[in-house]
Amino acid sequence: MADVVVEQGRSVRAASPRKRASLRNALRRKSTMAFFLTLPLILLIALLVLYPAFYSMHLATLNKSMQKFVGFGNFTFLFKRDTFWMVVRQSCIFALTAVFFKALMGFIVAHFVHNLPAKGQRKWRGMLLVPWVIPPAMSTLAWLWLFDPSYSAFNYTLSFFGIGPIPWLGDTFWARFSVILVNVWYGAPFFMIMYLAALKSVPDQLYEAASIDGANWWQKIWHITLPMMRNIIAITTLFSLIVTFANFDIVRILTSGGPLDSTHLFATWAFQVGIQSSDIPLGACVSLFMVPILAIAAIFILRDVNKRGNEA
Amino acid sequence: MSTLAIDKGGPTRKVKYRSMSRDRAWALRWSYFFLVLFAIFSLTPPIYMLITSLKSSAEISAATNPWWVFHPTLSNYVELLSSNQFLRFFWNSAIVSIVVVTITMLISIPAAFALARMKFWGSTTLATGVFLTYLIPDSLLFIPLFKMLAVFQDLTGITLLNRWYVLLFIYPTLTVPFCTWIMIGYFASIPKELDEAALIDGASWLQTLTRIFIPVALPGLIAATIFAFTVSWAQFLYPLVFTTSIDQLVLPVGITTTLIKGDVFNWGQIMTGALLGAAPPLIIYAFLMDYYIAGLTAGATKG
Repeated sequence: MADVVVEQGRSVRAASPRKRASLRNALRRKSTMAFFLTLPLILLIALLVLYPAFYSMHLATLNKSMQKFVGFGNFTFLFKRDTFWMVVRQSCIFALTAVFFKALMGFIVAHFVHNLPAKGQRKWRGMLLVPWVIPPAMSTLAWLWLFDPSYSAFNYTLSFFGIGPIPWLGDTFWARFSVILVNVWYGAPFFMIMYLAALKSVPDQLYEAASIDGANWWQKIWHITLPMMRNIIAITTLFSLIVTFANFDIVRILTSGGPLDSTHLFATWAFQVGIQSSDIPLGACVSLFMVPILAIAAIFILRDVNKRGNEA
Repeated sequence: MSTLAIDKGGPTRKVKYRSMSRDRAWALRWSYFFLVLFAIFSLTPPIYMLITSLKSSAEISAATNPWWVFHPTLSNYVELLSSNQFLRFFWNSAIVSIVVVTITMLISIPAAFALARMKFWGSTTLATGVFLTYLIPDSLLFIPLFKMLAVFQDLTGITLLNRWYVLLFIYPTLTVPFCTWIMIGYFASIPKELDEAALIDGASWLQTLTRIFIPVALPGLIAATIFAFTVSWAQFLYPLVFTTSIDQLVLPVGITTTLIKGDVFNWGQIMTGALLGAAPPLIIYAFLMDYYIAGLTAGATKG
């Protein structure tokens, strides 16, 4: 229908001067115009995203000096190293725990904010979103200072309760706990804002009807809120899983992977191996291990996106 | 089922409502209680940054209450803001972010327009591709990009590594896909009649874009702009990999690498620097929170 209309528009315009007409006609043609409008985007994605992604696979098959093809040599080398398996385990623990607590906290906070009268919501939302706005590299420095072993504000405060001092970043368990805590702090506001948007779209009548039926608070959440928010919960969680799994800043600044590489994620280990120890192929190889998990999450998200697209 | 329940509840409504309002009052009290706890959790690091930034080194190393400033001083701010190095970082960050935002808008607005309105061969695939690109993290691409730039330097003699302007090429890979994606959503929500009318009146595609789509979708554009700015201001991994000389660093890398000297942590200055680095996004967000949130939610609910 729109095409017919455009066709008419073009014939009206055909009266314009001859010389410029051919160029203008070419630009008027929808496909040509669309091509030019999207060309920068296509170039950017092809040159700076797709090409490096495939180049990474090529790099992963070279030896350290990048002169010889070693096939899967780097991969078999990694499989034999304990550090690698520790990184795999830690990446999974980190991502799953952090995403779980982010989602849980985001849900609870969103619920409480939603409970407030509309007037006060903005203020609270603003305060609770602050961690998401501060560049993570900056806020992690503040956490690093809070965790400081000798002058740390946390240990000082805990000492009043007779606890501590806790070696926040010096002990494997506490270091893992700390990086997850900081990630939850940073990422929970994202969930909160998503869930808040979703909560606003749940019709109030459902809750009123449920209260009249005598449903308690828990039943309302279980039978109304969760089913209504299922889509957004799934998509936010999957999305966050990708971001958390590929996280770099927090671990890099807080522990640089230590103590004894126990907090390394794929990203930080790849940085250490690939850039700091300048073994680029091995580093590329390490970061490629993120791909399967990213791909699985992406497939699920895309399915949801397409479903949405078809409904609209 | 729900309508039936409301009908049944009709006669006893008044009683129910009173108990409901009492429930609500309690729910509200609990909400405030927990929200205060969560707000404390959220705001502790930034507030602690502020507290520390007002302390002198002597007070920081003294074993006094870390949560309070006994002798507030602005010396950290004065020192940082008068150091050429720090101003250089700030300047680099500012120029990189502003140029990246401009590039991002120049690329993603036309592309989003084409993808939202002109159905052409492969347009749906491309839109999906844009979204997928958005999901590819920086930590997957930094090694091949690093090597690519090194090879590029060998081939052409043009040095990009260790120059701040290399970030102008790299950051758009993070900002463009997201901005394009949320703008496709915004453009798609504009009624079709609007641009069809313009086309009938003889407007070209570009005129339709600049005269109709950009003004109407301005809130979406602002959201995307804020987003692009926040992302480029906060980026840490790429500048850490691609720049090393002191005068080429941007703020996040500059603070973490120069203010931490060996084992000596000058916390007063580090916190001041971190706070100053966090300030621009915080200020923007204080004024344009609703746009920021709109961008955030539009990005994920539409994809």
